[in-house]
Amino acid sequence: MEVNVEARRILAVSISKLYASRTQRGGLRLHRSLLLSLVMRSARDIYHSSRESEESSGAHSAPEEPMDTSSSPGEQARLSEAQHEPQPALNSAELAPEEPDNAEDCCDSDITEDKENLSPTKQSRKRRGKASAAPDFLPSKRARLEPGEERYALMSFLEFFHFESRIGPSGGPLLAHGPHVGHPCLKGSFYNS
Amino acid sequence: SDFCLFPADIISTVEFNYSGELLATGDKGGRVVIFQHEQESKNRPHLRGEYNVYSTFQSHEPEFDYLKSLEIEEKINKIRWLPQQNAAHFLLSTNDKTIKLWKISERDKRAEGYNLKDEDGRLRDPFRITSLRVPVLMPMDLMVEASPRRIFANAHTYHINSISVNSDHETYLSADDLRINLWHLEITDRSFNIVDIKPANMEELTEVITAAECHPHQCNVFVYSSSKGTIRLCDMRAAALCDRHSKFFEEPEDPSSRSFFSEIISSISDVKFSHSGRYMMTRDYLSVKVWDLNMENRPVETYQVHEYLRSKLCSLYENDCIFDKFECYSYWFFAIMTGSYNNFFRMFDRNTRRDITLEASRESSKPRATLKPRKVSTGGKRKKDEISVDSLDFNKKILHTAWHPKDNVIAVAATNNLYIFQDKIN
Repeated sequence: MEVNVEARRILAVSISKLYASRTQRGGLRLHRSLLLSLVMRSARDIYHSSRESEESSGAHSAPEEPMDTSSSPGEQARLSEAQHEPQPALNSAELAPEEPDNAEDCCDSDITEDKENLSPTKQSRKRRGKASAAPDFLPSKRARLEPGEERYALMSFLEFFHFESRIGPSGGPLLAHGPHVGHPCLKGSFYNS
Repeated sequence: SDFCLFPADIISTVEFNYSGELLATGDKGGRVVIFQHEQESKNRPHLRGEYNVYSTFQSHEPEFDYLKSLEIEEKINKIRWLPQQNAAHFLLSTNDKTIKLWKISERDKRAEGYNLKDEDGRLRDPFRITSLRVPVLMPMDLMVEASPRRIFANAHTYHINSISVNSDHETYLSADDLRINLWHLEITDRSFNIVDIKPANMEELTEVITAAECHPHQCNVFVYSSSKGTIRLCDMRAAALCDRHSKFFEEPEDPSSRSFFSEIISSISDVKFSHSGRYMMTRDYLSVKVWDLNMENRPVETYQVHEYLRSKLCSLYENDCIFDKFECYSYWFFAIMTGSYNNFFRMFDRNTRRDITLEASRESSKPRATLKPRKVSTGGKRKKDEISVDSLDFNKKILHTAWHPKDNVIAVAATNNLYIFQDKIN
């Protein structure tokens, strides 16, 4: 579907822009990051709604839940291995925003789950790698923003990836949504160069 | 396509002072260049005087924020003049983080005949001083000095996008993406935060502040625009923190024109009050809108700047042009001027509703020649002298323009070149 193709292209372009803005002189521009994330969200929503209309109902083990475009960027994000191929990744992605590696590594390697951002009923499959996260009291050599700003920038990046609901213990689909507590381990992690 | 050989020379702001005698430009390299209007030549009274360089100084230097490991750009984002109160001129210039008050003064006399030092400045041998004299002021070549009088620093976490001098001439506001601060011109170690839209949880951020301006007459009123295309008017008498607006201006979205980029193109890049303060105008990516302060639900007028770009938004997103922030300017609110691409700029006459497209380039504007109107062909057939949308040079963008406060003189910044156009007197 043409809209689908365009949505994917826009998503790819947006991600490369978000990457490029990390190294921009003067630091991350909040306004630009916000606009990029809005475009990514629109493209993602259109991509998913066009996929939904294509697919039959029983194709996936985890049915997708279309996201409201006006919802906050704080919805739970899942990283996929193949960031350039969102389609196969949609079923298997899990959260991994806490490693101090750069985002590329996060995409490529196995994902650890963000315990803090799960709703209480969710089961976490993997334990968080606390040892690998830089402690707050040590000075970070990496470029840092305001804690919230970094988090925001990372969430914008993660926005691209599909937010998927999972089957909970009751057998019904669970939604991950709502405001999330700031993730201390993210400090300094996104901008590791 | 063209590119600028010296990126530091790219002009980033243009502003006439209150009398129009001086024109200040700021550039990406942190420099301020001030032009002065020369008196009309007696030989050629039918021509207005020209603008020549009056003063050049380095306003901001690149800095490094060690805590965040971030470079702070020296690019001058805005210049605003203060009303003139004595022989010296004062202006505020700002980069992303620091605002500076500069005093520009002339010196055309020098004291000579000091007792304790000779003309070179070397101290005289005290035993050789046998008589006392009073130093005399002697004329010297005019020297224009710029000195920083105040530095307003460390008040903005995010990038400053606007400064605006209040009508009380004592205070001014500065706005970044999430906060607006009110300063007193005399006090640099304190500022009042009057707007704070930073959410407790940054993930809930949905809009940022894009521009702010003080009302021209009511010193308690100011407006700020957002990335969502809304404008909020605030009254500082209502509360210390003006998080709740007094008026909220928003045009309902046209659902038929919705696209991936609807949100980006609705982001307001500039907001300016009319001289009366009754109206304001806003610039978003494709249009200029005039708002009546008494009507919040929609603008009273909308002017299309380059509607032919609406079908090209995807490519403009890819080449980053969709993020360009155009400014708008008016002449007593009779006419509106704003920039576009290919070194084109647009002027709209509010009374006759006529509009014109002009070009600021060396090729098309010889000195003293009349500017020829340009036209972009949008249909299939391209007429002679028209330029097709695909031939437009998107690297040649006119983001900053200014109109003389009294005369029909305009300043147009085209990348690193400044063009000054004026009406023929007769």
